[in-house]
Amino acid sequence: MEAAGLSTVILALVRDTAERLKPPRALCVPFPLGRPLGKPGDAAFQRSVLKAALRLTTAEEGPVLEDFPEEISDAAGEPLACPLPPRSRDDLPAAVDEALGLRAAYDRNLAAAGRTLVGRAYDADAIAEPIEGFLTIAEGGSWKELGLKGHPLQWSRDITSYYEEAAAALAGHVPEARAAESWFYQKTVTGKLLLDARATLKEAGEPYWFYLVPFTQDMELGRPG
Amino acid sequence: MSDQIIRKGTNSLELPDFPNPAFHRPPPLAEATVALVTSAGLQREGDKIWSGGDESFRVFASDERDLTFSQMSNNFDRSGIAADFNVAYPIDRLEELAAEGTIGAVAPRHLSFMGALQTVSTIISDTGIAAAKQLRDDGVDIVVLTPV
Repeated sequence: MEAAGLSTVILALVRDTAERLKPPRALCVPFPLGRPLGKPGDAAFQRSVLKAALRLTTAEEGPVLEDFPEEISDAAGEPLACPLPPRSRDDLPAAVDEALGLRAAYDRNLAAAGRTLVGRAYDADAIAEPIEGFLTIAEGGSWKELGLKGHPLQWSRDITSYYEEAAAALAGHVPEARAAESWFYQKTVTGKLLLDARATLKEAGEPYWFYLVPFTQDMELGRPG
Repeated sequence: MSDQIIRKGTNSLELPDFPNPAFHRPPPLAEATVALVTSAGLQREGDKIWSGGDESFRVFASDERDLTFSQMSNNFDRSGIAADFNVAYPIDRLEELAAEGTIGAVAPRHLSFMGALQTVSTIISDTGIAAAKQLRDDGVDIVVLTPV
């Protein structure tokens, strides 16, 4: 881009990579991965980050690497405190019952946020289907014979987004980074199901097992060899 | 804590080598046109979802807000972006900086790639060059890159 006559500045979430790559201008932002502007919903803070980055374009030569002074850590170690719905339908698997019980909260978040990340393979109306797919996987069955749309990796993204968005409404605020993720995997029936499915897929030698769950949520299973 | 583990893991990542990188000085900020390029895997509602290994880029007009994202990686926080896109794609903030005169103008179009790629050879040899050309053709002076 610089060779084409553009001046670039990167918000670098990983300082080590910026040090090694030496881009022309890097503002190292010690914020949670996924939040390069630092704080969702805080326009003043985001503007201060953007201005700090843009100021680097006044440098006469490079590479330039500066650190943003305020650090924000992720909160994976502190799962979001939010209530789960009680069992309401005994005829449904617990994970499906739980997901359906969160629907009102999901809808409240959708109305407030105006968008959803759910819908890669299944939208909220059909969220029970991929959960049932994972019930089959966790029991060692073949999901390919179920006639479901998409791939388990897509299902997992839809399910986690559904839960995380419901959790934001239940908590009443935007969760700290990874706090909703940890709540999902550590506190919910469906989160436990995904961890079980991951273990079964690893056992079965399915190559995508590692990508099903954020690997920091399940360090015991290790990394692909 | 999770992020610390992932950051440590990137220490051993092999990175492409850029010998003698170019360094282009822009006009003063108050006269500069600024564009955003993110790796968040942005898309419009209803567009084809991003799939793993896709080294293409997508183009968004600066007034588009009906966006979602389908980045394949789940090893970063998604709840922030779900609540406020500006935390990764600060288009509203850029408009505010233009309105107050900090920057000259917001570019007419902005780009998204999808991160978490195993290889970037197509970006280096093809799509990255096309992206740069498009931004130059749009009169862009400064590009703010926001990987997630």
